[in-house]
Amino acid sequence: MTLDRTTVVDGLLPAELRRDFPYLDQELNGHPLAYLDSGATAQRPVAVLDAERAYLEHANAAVHRGASTLVGTSTTAFEEARETVARFVGARPREIVWASNATDAINMVALGMADAAAGLGGAEAEIFRLGPGDEIVVTEAEHHADLIPWQRLAAKTGATLRWIPVNDDGTWSIDDAASVIGPRTRFVAFGHVSNVTGYLAPVTEVVELAHRHGALVMLDACQSVPHRPTDFAELGVDFAAFSAHKMLGPTGIGVLYGRAHLLDALPPARTGGSTITTVTMESASFLPSPQRFEAGTQPVSQAVALAEAVRYLDALGMQNVHAHETALAELLVEETSRIAGVRLVGPPPGSPRAALASVDVPGVHAHDVGQFLDAQGIAVRVGHHCAQPLHRRLGLRATTRASAYVYTTADEVRRFAAALAEVRGFFGVGA
Amino acid sequence: MSDLSGLYQELILDHSRRRLGDGELDDPHATHHELNPTCGDEITMGIRLDASGTAIEAIGWTGDGCSISMASASALTELAAGADLDRVRELIDGFRTMMRSQGAGEADEDLLGDAIAFHGVSKYVMRVKCAMLAWVALEACIAAASAGAPRPSQP
Repeated sequence: MTLDRTTVVDGLLPAELRRDFPYLDQELNGHPLAYLDSGATAQRPVAVLDAERAYLEHANAAVHRGASTLVGTSTTAFEEARETVARFVGARPREIVWASNATDAINMVALGMADAAAGLGGAEAEIFRLGPGDEIVVTEAEHHADLIPWQRLAAKTGATLRWIPVNDDGTWSIDDAASVIGPRTRFVAFGHVSNVTGYLAPVTEVVELAHRHGALVMLDACQSVPHRPTDFAELGVDFAAFSAHKMLGPTGIGVLYGRAHLLDALPPARTGGSTITTVTMESASFLPSPQRFEAGTQPVSQAVALAEAVRYLDALGMQNVHAHETALAELLVEETSRIAGVRLVGPPPGSPRAALASVDVPGVHAHDVGQFLDAQGIAVRVGHHCAQPLHRRLGLRATTRASAYVYTTADEVRRFAAALAEVRGFFGVGA
Repeated sequence: MSDLSGLYQELILDHSRRRLGDGELDDPHATHHELNPTCGDEITMGIRLDASGTAIEAIGWTGDGCSISMASASALTELAAGADLDRVRELIDGFRTMMRSQGAGEADEDLLGDAIAFHGVSKYVMRVKCAMLAWVALEACIAAASAGAPRPSQP
């Protein structure tokens, strides 16, 4: 389409870009679909679908294997995708490792560290070797994917898992972090943007604090990279993870970012073909990053499609994407916080938050809220959003979450709020 | 909204508020905890058998969940309290068959009584587990009690 993607009105991206997303043009239960679940998975523009198909129709061959012309073509496409993604997040190509998703990327670090503690990786892996007395720090707001791998690492190494407590609204501050991060801290992992509250973590302050104590930092960037300009080098984190399907890309591929010298020292948790320099019957030595981590056949067409998603976002301009979502976030907060009997969790009105809103309707279970919205064509996420400890801390079991993206309109946010206002009446609560 | 009222029939909304059987049972012959990990709905079901050991004398449950799961526990309590175990097994089988129907056919009102109100839920694949939660828990209780398992808590 010929749309000028940089034309932003009232901070919002032009609604015409919805034409790029065939999925959005459908009915749900007799109503025009309002897709407000992009925080779980985003829809893909035609350009991304076409890029994957074009690769498979014209360039598909075994990557990094053999020496034919065809392999040269496929390998070039694969590595150019890596370069595109690297540029997008302020990284060098060899600092970008393909994973099957963000969860897998986090596990690659946690499992590699467990291997280091078991004695693998030689002297270079010393920095990853945890033991009794060492501490791993997370927050109480973590997604299970950024909690359970660290629980397991602590259990395997004898290290202690500690967590930064959150306030009654689910937020936490650098002061809260400073009460937990200290001289025993060896590793800190936390989410850049909470998938439940939309809270934006004070990344650079935490990195400064952690590094002062000699600890490494890993950032779960699943809810930030798709939505705001993100530069890992500028943020100073040592590792980061994000997922393609939340940023207009395909499922089956995620990204592990790591500073080059750290990736080169981290033992590969999964081993096999294409990761090695020399193999004998007794042992193997490994290539530098990223190849040392990419054992077996890789998600090649997915990498090509992810690069196309990055180009799509770049064409919109991540500053414009961020402005669009800031405007929608303000509208979400304004519209939902004035509904009687609805509790909006997360930062108070007026504070920065991502374009997502999780709400509790006391007396009506989130499943019922979601079903009521579903019947009106509004697709949201219900449940604990893979953050049980956070919900427990908020005194809740489940919430209903609306999350926006580049194609979300102010009208859809208003439809969500209007339907939400009818929920208590329908279920006969507080009437 | 006609679709939605097929799911949330008045009888279901009514049971979700009445919550028959809500409360921990004293001196149960068997208890069972059932959790739906995808949504966090849970129920702890307890049963006490009569002197002959062939009928449910009392039923009690504690739980937290959506209106479908709580209403289903309430409706089940109404049907199962005082009933012969064989009859309850038949009820559970009949309810499961109905919930697997994806909305097809006619529900067996002679067997299930008011519980046929849940027939509409069977069209919603993501909600079938909500409706089944209490029934699966009761099935496990009956299996444990019939196997002569020791009572979980003696007074």
